[in-house]
Order: sequence, then structure tokens, then C-alpha cells
Amino acid sequence: MKALDKKLWRELWDMRMQALAIAMVIVSGVGIFIMSLSTLDSLYETRETYYRDHHFAHVFASLKRAPLSLVKRIEEIPGVDKVETRVVAYVNLDVEGFDDPVSGHILSLPDNSRGLLNQIYLREGRLPEPGRDNEIVLSEEFVQAHKLQPSDTISATINGRRKALTIVGVALSPEYIYQIAPGAMFPDPLRYGVLWIARQPLATAYDMEGAFNNVTLTLSRGTNEQTINEQDVIDRLDDILKDYGGIGTIARKDQFSNRFLTEELKQQRTIATIFPVIFFGVAAFLLNVVISRLIRLQREEVATLKAFGYSDLAVGMHFIKLVLLIVSLGVIIGIGAGIWMGKGMSNIYMVMYSLPYMIYVLKPQVIIAAALISMAVAVMGTLYAVYSAARLPPAQAMQPELPAKYHTTLAERMGLKRWLSQPTRMILRHVERRPLKSLMTTLGIAMACGIIMVSGFQEGSINYMVEMQYGLSQREDMIAIYTEPTSKRSLYSLQSLQGVEHAEGFRIVPAKLQFEHRFYRAAVNGIQPGGSLMRLLDTDLNIIELPKEGVVLTDYLAEMLHIKTGDMLTIEVLEGQRVTVQVPVVGTAKQYLGMNAYMRIEALNALLKEGYALTGALLSVDDIYQRDIYAELKEMPRVAGVVEHDSSIQSFYDTIAETILFFTFISTLLGSSIAFGVIYNSMRIALSERNRELASLRVLGFERSEVAYILLGEQALFTLIAIPLGFLIGYGLCAYMAFQFDSDLYRVPLVLGMNVYAFSALVVLLSSIVSAIMIWRNLAHLDMVAVLKSKE
Amino acid sequence: MIELQKATDHPLDENVVFHVHGVTKIYQMGEVQVRALRGIDLDLYKGEFTVLLGASGSGKSTLLNILGGLDSPTEGHVIYGDRDLTRASEKELTAYRRYHVGFVFQFYNLIPSLTALENIAVVTEIAQSPMQPEEALRMVDLGDRLHHFPAQLSGGEQQRVAIARAIAKNPDVLLCDEPTGALDSKTGIVVLQALQRVNQELGTTTAVITHNAGIAQMADRVIHLADGRISQVDVNETKLAPSQLSW
Repeated sequence: MKALDKKLWRELWDMRMQALAIAMVIVSGVGIFIMSLSTLDSLYETRETYYRDHHFAHVFASLKRAPLSLVKRIEEIPGVDKVETRVVAYVNLDVEGFDDPVSGHILSLPDNSRGLLNQIYLREGRLPEPGRDNEIVLSEEFVQAHKLQPSDTISATINGRRKALTIVGVALSPEYIYQIAPGAMFPDPLRYGVLWIARQPLATAYDMEGAFNNVTLTLSRGTNEQTINEQDVIDRLDDILKDYGGIGTIARKDQFSNRFLTEELKQQRTIATIFPVIFFGVAAFLLNVVISRLIRLQREEVATLKAFGYSDLAVGMHFIKLVLLIVSLGVIIGIGAGIWMGKGMSNIYMVMYSLPYMIYVLKPQVIIAAALISMAVAVMGTLYAVYSAARLPPAQAMQPELPAKYHTTLAERMGLKRWLSQPTRMILRHVERRPLKSLMTTLGIAMACGIIMVSGFQEGSINYMVEMQYGLSQREDMIAIYTEPTSKRSLYSLQSLQGVEHAEGFRIVPAKLQFEHRFYRAAVNGIQPGGSLMRLLDTDLNIIELPKEGVVLTDYLAEMLHIKTGDMLTIEVLEGQRVTVQVPVVGTAKQYLGMNAYMRIEALNALLKEGYALTGALLSVDDIYQRDIYAELKEMPRVAGVVEHDSSIQSFYDTIAETILFFTFISTLLGSSIAFGVIYNSMRIALSERNRELASLRVLGFERSEVAYILLGEQALFTLIAIPLGFLIGYGLCAYMAFQFDSDLYRVPLVLGMNVYAFSALVVLLSSIVSAIMIWRNLAHLDMVAVLKSKE
Repeated sequence: MIELQKATDHPLDENVVFHVHGVTKIYQMGEVQVRALRGIDLDLYKGEFTVLLGASGSGKSTLLNILGGLDSPTEGHVIYGDRDLTRASEKELTAYRRYHVGFVFQFYNLIPSLTALENIAVVTEIAQSPMQPEEALRMVDLGDRLHHFPAQLSGGEQQRVAIARAIAKNPDVLLCDEPTGALDSKTGIVVLQALQRVNQELGTTTAVITHNAGIAQMADRVIHLADGRISQVDVNETKLAPSQLSW
């Protein structure tokens, strides 16, 4: 080994704590970069593979009933490849020992087949025997949630008749990666499941022999990419199904499970871009500061080396090597950490989304990019310092640096001077002498504070959404969903059940809402005016009174359609007589979930040219009778399903608790590593820069604590300024993320509780305290003897 | 307030400020033992201006560091007044330096972020009965440069600020480590005049270490050190004024 390289290794060893602190920041940056991007790649890859291998359809349509002979017409639509028809029904389920309302979708399977399209992934067991009406394949999430296994039995109310069903297989489906009950806010595997059964018995039960009520199809290769063709297929299919009670054809991108997954991937992408930028930024700043300090301390050595005849390049390379060593250490550990976190994250998604497997994808270019970005940032950050050291003429470099120039600070000039002790003046003047460095240090700590806030924001937002949606707007305890529109009298039989305090009927019809050239498929909800269970709220949470005529839209829907109060909305009803009408928009309602249109129920029924009909009822019930009421509802043939919010919300919280904990853990780890990296390095550098000054004060009789005040007081000042600044940054980051997450599925409210602020401030303070303790121990070893004899 | 323990077994003549007895200092430098002091016996008297003269490596700095409470001897005792420095804790030594000793360094060691006046205030603020910082600066003829930062002062001026800082707390003893070492002779003489004036007007016991034999003639007593031992002690019957010195 060359002497210069030996020097390198020894110096690296001497500054190991500092090097480690820098490496930690790089570890975080590289780690989160790799975690985010590899999770993203893995999810995309897994989804694509799963969709491809299981023939996930491109177009989906539901209808009332059509004869199988219609298939030929559908197949003739240009661009259509494969067509599969099914019988699908929404049913009430019963699992022994579980009293809450449970519902599910039951789908027909062709004989001896996992399906032509949307093939199921059979995890366990076998397919139902053809023609057997008591054998089902059940979705894995549901099976796991209820701790069921093949050969266990559950029962379902199929078209009004209770039927015992034996589980013969456990499966997953590309169609139900995100399993969520219709109208529910969150996935709840305890209360919603998907069942597959042989076609013939299901068709018999629903009077669908030789018929179907659901059709999916794939597009021939080449047309998939061209949306114009896809839209053409959808339009033609809509046209064909119009006469058979079609309620609208949707493309894969609008398929519910796929939509949610796409939104989730979009969020991942946002995270994958913001965080690494912050981490690399902070790492670059730290490297710059540390290296320029290191080189300033080595002026004489650089000069000596040059006097011996080492070239500028050789001296420059010497320092670049030092930097690259530290960076490499960070990159290598970071890659390991990133893979570990990426796999952890991917597994969480696999479980969360009912994916049969997870293909962990780590693209070499991601690793290369992480390494190159880190190296480039580090080298750029140090190049200037190295350049100025290498270019100094040896004679000049051997001279001691002149005493640093200081000035009285602004605060002192403003007359605060007499209130400030000499040590305090030292702190302020030192801060003001290097404003950029002080600013960057503060900013670095603030960034750490902001990042930690991001983890806490999820929980607050979800709480607020739940409170808004279920505390203030939808206040029912239960929803009974009817099998088909039913007369108003049905409400009286519900009200007469013991324990039902109040019942309000509603009518929901699927419709295409259009304004100018923009349209959106949504449900038009007819609700009881002045009802106490379903209330629409404006931005200030005031209750909106629905007028006799006109429609109120979810605010986000109005924005999307560019429609204002007073404009005329075109409503094309997608069921019954399929009327198209124009209705004035009379207001917008603040809603965080879904997008809907609301009218008075009478007005909606009048539009539909039908009598007063309900598709379901909202119930408020006495807790004591809840179970009994549910049992009775299940026995009612016209009640297809019952939804209960409270238990679903609770179960949702339980499911996401782990995810939130993981996110909090990761971002706290990252935030505190930034905070520690910045604060420790900043203190360490301050200590080495002011070593002489502080040792002199010790000689003059200052206690260790008094000397520490000068050094740590400066950092405390940075930290105290950084925390409120960090709150601002954190707020901005959360706002940006909330904005990025907005979609027609949900809008994320920006709710940051005191606990979020307090937690991030606490983590930053703890990081400072840990750094301070480490520096405090260094202060014990100030060399007072050396200071008497040494030049600056 | 933390004070040094009384060394009752070493009653001192009340004119003796420091009683150094059998002091040995051995440094472990890697695998090599360096004997910096080899049995020093020495008394320094109240109000006395002493020069400790010796070449590099003679042990004079080590002796000064021990007297100043910056280092402790391997063997022997250093009695300050009626207290034993060699038995003092770190905290007690800090208090000793804080209240009793004034230091002047070869390279001034001013705080660059404080003005001349503030460099003195930083010490008077923690002292027991200090003089006014302005007064200290006037004693070293710097009454007009109160608000200058070190970077705006010449080397000689910086050293005079350092002397003002050392005397402002009214110390019992002033320890100066090569105070003219970084200065040219003309400026050095101005600095020495300041030291002499302080010694004469305030009666502060002053010990100056130097390798510069020229300075020796202004001292009451000159203690020669060589190889960690006192080789010779001279008493100057007639002292020279700093202005008469040359080197």
C-alpha cells in the first residue's frame, strides 16, 4: 500500500464516528430510494404477471339478464378477443360463531375450469365438481380472517334461500386484488368475501339458465393500447346490452380493484420521488461541510505533500478517495437496507392486496442509479473544497490561517447587547458569521422534523375521513340493501322490528353524469329530505337542505366535470327505462370518499318516471337489539345484504395498524438518522473548529458545562429554530402528498394533530440530546496543554 | 464555591506563593517514557517576577503547566498558599484557575468572536473581585481599542489584550508562556513593559517562561532549567527595564 493510502485509512479510522454519521444519511437516502423503487417495480411486475397469466379481462359489464345467444354478437365487435359470461350475485353470508353482518359476491365458474378470463389462483383444495350446488371455492382473505379451512361449511342466502356451502378450495383472483364490499369504505375480510361456485346451480337459483348477468372480455392484441378502440368496444357493448338491463360497461382502468391498486402505485411513486431527493440533499450538504472542514485542517499536510512533489491531481484524488470510501460504505449498507425494507414493504402489500405471490424485482439500474447519484452528489459536494486545497501554493498553505473575522450581530446592534453574556455573544456571532452554513444546518434538521411528520399524517387523515363520513354525514348503524327496487311500505316492516329506532329509505340508480364533453359514471342517490341518518355537508360542515328540484354533487365531482351551481347536468340513467334528463346543479357537498350525485328521493323517482321505490334503507338501532335485528334482516328475502359500519371501521383500523406502525417506524428511523447525521456532524465540526478557543477558555477557568454551553448552545439554537421550520416543511410535504393522493375514489384531508407535531419534535430533540451527550464526552478531552503551545 | 483542600502538613512561610517539592513528571509517549521533570524543588515568593529560562525540552513548560493546574506531577507536591495542587480534583483545579491564576499564552489565544473588551469581560464575568475591563485595557495602554475584534489587532496588541485579560481578575499569580515568542523584539518589549507594570503596580507574582536569555535581566530571579532539573538560580541585584533589553 502506498504511504498516501495508509494515511487515508488511518484518517478514515480517526474520523470514524463522523464518517459513520455521514454514511447513515446516505444509508437512509439509498435505502429509501431502493425500497420505494423496488417496491414499485415489484408491485407493477407482480400485477402484470398476475393479470397476464390469469387472463384478467379488459372490459367488464353487468346487466340484468341476457340469453347466451347474445355472446355471438359481442364476439363480433371489432377488437374483441375472448368473451366470457358469468352469473354474479351479491349475497348474505353466515359464518358460524360470527354474528356480524357478512356479505359477499358469488361468481359462477365454468365446469372443471378456473375460468376463461379472470382465472382464479387456487391456493388450496380443488375446484367445485360440475353441477354440485353445495361446493364452493372461497377467497383466501376471507378464509384466513375467519380461520376456516377446506371442508368447513358456511351458509349463504342465495336468492332468498339459505344454503349450506362446503369449502372445497381456497383461491385468489386478479379481479379482487383489493377486496372491498360495494359501498364500503375499507376492505374488511371478516365481513366481505368472494365465492366461486359451479355455474349450473347458481344459474338455476337466479333463473339464469341459458343466460348471464355479467360479461367480461379481452381485446385483441394491439388494440389494448389504443383507448379509442377500447372506448369503441365499450360503446358498442353498452349498445348491445342496453336492451338487457345493462348498467354500464367499464374498462379495466375503472375496474374497482384495479383502480385502487393503481392509486396505491401512484402514491408509491410520489413517495419514491420526494424522499430520496430530501435525503440526498441533506447527505450532499453534510459531505460538503465535513470535507471542506477536513481539508481546511489539512492545509499544512496538503502543502507538505505538494512540497514533496505530489501533483495537484494526486492530492485531489487522495481526498476524493476518502469521500468515495465513506459514500461506498453508505451505499453498500443502504442497498442492503433498501432490499430489506423493499421486501418487507412488498410483503405488506402482498397481504394487504390479496396477491397470490410477490415477485420481488430489483432492477440493476435502480442500484446503479442509487450508487451513481450518491457518488455524484458526494463528489460534487467535495470537489470545490478539494480543488481549493490542491491548488494552493505550498508556501501559502503552510502559513496558519488568519484569525477569523467576526462582527457584532444584528441583535446586538438593535440594543440587546447588554442583556447578552459573552458566551451568548460568541454563539450569536458564530452563527451570523457563516449564515449559509447555519441556514443549511437548520434546514437539514428541519427536513428531518418534516419527514417524521409524514408518517403521522396518515392516521389523522383517516380518523378525520371516518369522523366526517360516519360521524357527521352517514349516521346510520346499519344499511339494508334490497335485492330490487321495492315499495315504500317495506320501510314500515323495517321500522316495526324491535330495536329499530329510525329508518330512512333511499334509492340508488347507476347513471352517466355529463356536462359539456366531460362525463363520469356514478350513482344518483335519492335521499329523504331532512333525514337525520344521511346528511350532506358543505365545506364548513353545515347541513345542506336538498331543494325540491335539482341535484347536489360531491365537490370533487363538480370540479372534475367543471360544473358550477346553476349549470344543467345531463343524467343518463343506466337502468330501467334508461331516461336521459337535464337537472340543475343546486350545490356541492364536501365528501372525502367516492363521488356521487344526490337528489330528493321523490325527485329522483319522478325523473325515473316510476312510483316511490327504495333500493335500501338506513337504520338506526338500539345496540342491545343489533344482533336480533340483523338475524331478522337476514331472513327477509328482499334484503340482499346488510352493511354495518362500526365493526368494519374497527376491523379496518386493526388491519392498517400494522402498516401504519411499519411506516412510522421507517420514517422515524429515517428522520432521526437525518437529524442525528446533521446535528452530530455539525457539533463535531464546530468542536474541531473551536477546539482551541474552547480549550483556552478551559485554561482560563471555565467549567466544562460553561464551555459546553457555547458549543451546544449554538446547536440548540439551530434545533429550536429548525423545529417550527420543520413543522412548516412537514405540513408542506403532507399537503403535497395529500394533493397527490387525491382521486375520484377518495380525497385525503390534511389533518395534522398536535400529537404529530409533538412526536416529530420529540424525535428531533432526542437526536440532538444523543448527539450532545456524545459531544459532551469529547469535551472532557480538550487538550489544554496543547493549546498553549499551538498556533491556530 | 469549590476551594482547594488545605495541605496542613506543609505549613508555609507566608511570603511563599508556590512551594514545589520533589516534583517529577514522566510522560508515557507510546512505548517510550519521557522524564520531563526530574525532582524539582522550588519556592516562588509573593510579588516576585521570576523568569524560568531553558532550552526546548528543558521541562520549563511542564513546570508551568503544573503550577497552572493544567497538569499534575507524577511524584512530589506543589503547595499553593496552604493548599496542595497535586491532590486536587479536576473541578477544584478549574476553580483554582478561575479565581487565582492569570494565563498569558505564546499565541495569545483570544476569542476571535469577542472584541478586546469582551475578551476581558468573558473572564471578569466569572471572577470574584475583578477590575473593570476598561481599566485592565488602560494598564496595557489599549484604552482606545476596546471595540476591536482580534482580527483587527496586531500581534503585539493581541498579546496586550491577553495580558489585560489575565490580570483583570486580580489573580494571585500570573503565568506567562513565551509571551514574546511570536513577536518581533520591538513589540515584545512593549509587551514586557506591560507585564512589568502589572507586577509593580498590582504586586502580582509573575512567572515567565522563555528560552530567550535576553529577557532574564528584567527578572528578580532567574531559574535555569536543563534536562528536567534546576541547573542554576540567579538573583538579579540590578534589574534592567524592558526598554534596556535587547535580543
